[in-house]
Amino acid sequence: MALLEVQDLRAYYRTEIYGISRTVRAVDGISFELQKNEIYGIAGESSCGKTTLIKVVSGTIKRPLRVETGQVRYQFGDYAVDMQRINPDELRANVRWKEISYVMQGSMSVLNPVRRIIRTFEDIVGTHQGIPDRKSFLDETRAHVRILGLPTEVLDLYPHQLSGGMRQRVAIALATVFHPSLIIADEPTTALDVVVQRGVLQMLKEIQAESGNTVLLVTHDLAVHANVADRVGIMYAGRLAEEAPTEIIFNAPRHPYTQHLIGSLPMIGDRSSRASLSGTPPNLANPPSGCRFHPRCPYAVERCQREVPEMIILADRHRVACHLVEEGIL
Amino acid sequence: MSAKNKLLDVQHVTVEFHVGGLLGGTRLVAVNDVSFSIDSDRPEIYTLAGESGSGKTTLARMMLHDLDPTRGKVLFEGRDLTTVKKRGEVMDFMKKVQPVFQNPFETFSPLRRVEEYLYDTARSFIGARNRREAAPIVENALNQVGLSLDEVSRRYPHELSGGQIQRVAVARALIPQPRLILADEPVSMVDASLRMAIVNLFRKLRDEQQVSVLYITHDLATAYYISDRIAIMLRGYVVESGPVEAVLDRPLHPYTQLLKESVPQPRPTDRNAWAQHIDLGTLEIKEFGRIGCKFAGRCPHVMDICRQADPPDVEVDGRTVKCYLYLEDAKPVA
Repeated sequence: MALLEVQDLRAYYRTEIYGISRTVRAVDGISFELQKNEIYGIAGESSCGKTTLIKVVSGTIKRPLRVETGQVRYQFGDYAVDMQRINPDELRANVRWKEISYVMQGSMSVLNPVRRIIRTFEDIVGTHQGIPDRKSFLDETRAHVRILGLPTEVLDLYPHQLSGGMRQRVAIALATVFHPSLIIADEPTTALDVVVQRGVLQMLKEIQAESGNTVLLVTHDLAVHANVADRVGIMYAGRLAEEAPTEIIFNAPRHPYTQHLIGSLPMIGDRSSRASLSGTPPNLANPPSGCRFHPRCPYAVERCQREVPEMIILADRHRVACHLVEEGIL
Repeated sequence: MSAKNKLLDVQHVTVEFHVGGLLGGTRLVAVNDVSFSIDSDRPEIYTLAGESGSGKTTLARMMLHDLDPTRGKVLFEGRDLTTVKKRGEVMDFMKKVQPVFQNPFETFSPLRRVEEYLYDTARSFIGARNRREAAPIVENALNQVGLSLDEVSRRYPHELSGGQIQRVAVARALIPQPRLILADEPVSMVDASLRMAIVNLFRKLRDEQQVSVLYITHDLATAYYISDRIAIMLRGYVVESGPVEAVLDRPLHPYTQLLKESVPQPRPTDRNAWAQHIDLGTLEIKEFGRIGCKFAGRCPHVMDICRQADPPDVEVDGRTVKCYLYLEDAKPVA
């Protein structure tokens, strides 16, 4: 049974300023499932709806963002949660941090700058579980941090005394303190140096392998997905273009957008010329008709302008939304 | 080769900053005895690569005449930059060396139309007296980056995509017909599908316009793709430099080896090498203050001598490497 089922999800930002209304269709018809014990990568360019998707999936929806249609359902063991129905108190008490936790790009915004790290642990554990016995809380927190390979001294430091990589690892330690079923990591290593990035991602992978939970890893960096994710979903303009196990996405992509993305990646050891796509990513307030990729697609035909392509299943766990693939042309 | 034949000649440059209080505090050596040069008659793309805190941007500031070195010299067309002081001389220098920065949305004011910057540059450097005179110059520069005046005129920065506005930034830099473009992380804010457009543009400028590019980046993959030569920096030192194929295909310095191995490659079949566990615990120590090789604390081949004195530059296998490991194989560079 899947841990998370997302069905035909549409989430729009609706604003009205001086009578001019505007709708940004950031997530526009996405369906996917997360299984237990896997790392699912979401890749896409800026403003393709990655972060909006995470907001909806993690239940942090604030106006002007609204879920228009669709379902987000979790199954944590025996405990089923429908994100559209759950009341905010239950979400806070039983789901956040305990079942779903969140690692963000700038962990400085998670860590309180004027309190030592241990106090941030105290805040979170105190709010979500309560601390009846301070001594056992301290022992458990130290043990947790040590298991993750961090020096326990960091607990007594302030966030500004830590390097960026260490802060990000502390944020992961915080996110895993209740051993949640799902860890959502949104660009967790984007601002870090490559050596540190490697260390932080290794830590995330080791935790996942150890505890068998699910990681939803969102990053625009395809090379990171190649090395970390089990499956990858490629987003374009608010929709999923293609989804497949990592090896297939990189070795046998079918969607023209995926093919272009993979083909344009520079790598050490290969100086052959790489082309760039023409055009620019669409504005989601006014996306193109039909397939949203058609203005930039080198193979687009008339049908692509007219009809929105549905996801078709190509093979086991390989789905793609492209008319040309469906018709057997590509 | 005489200094006259060099476009840019950086000679044993050191920059020290004072960190801390008015009376106390410590010295921080941000750039330490760095030398390299770019030939005048052979345009090339030279990459300075390194992680944060390696001194790349400090070096860039010196080459833009924004900062004077504590020791050593930066020569541009044979002339020491510290002697370039008069307004006319500074303008002449600025005309020949143009920057492109990391975040195009910070480069351009959000309240000003982007075309104004292009007209301003044409007015200040080319001497265009009015818009009518400047327009063909601006149009020509935009055409070189694959844009046209129609596409950008009357637009504010937020109306253009990241890739478009970064190309406008390059077009602006091209207006004075510079000999050197200094690009500090020009693609790190640009989306993957547009990144190659910018990177390919630098290649084209080198091949068709004879413009040299000093490409400053932490991204070894694009560096490998476009550059002719590369210098790998660590904590203010250049630890390895030479032709990009030599340095990145067969890195010799243990730091370059670690760096190359840590760059995630977009090939899932190679993921085991990348997943080999690295210990970050020791990374957090302050490496700037270390005596001897700055990498000694995490080097797998560290010897006693590495912690005692700065390693010499040695010439091995077509590149220069700052490491004791290769001292026996070759003669130190004088």
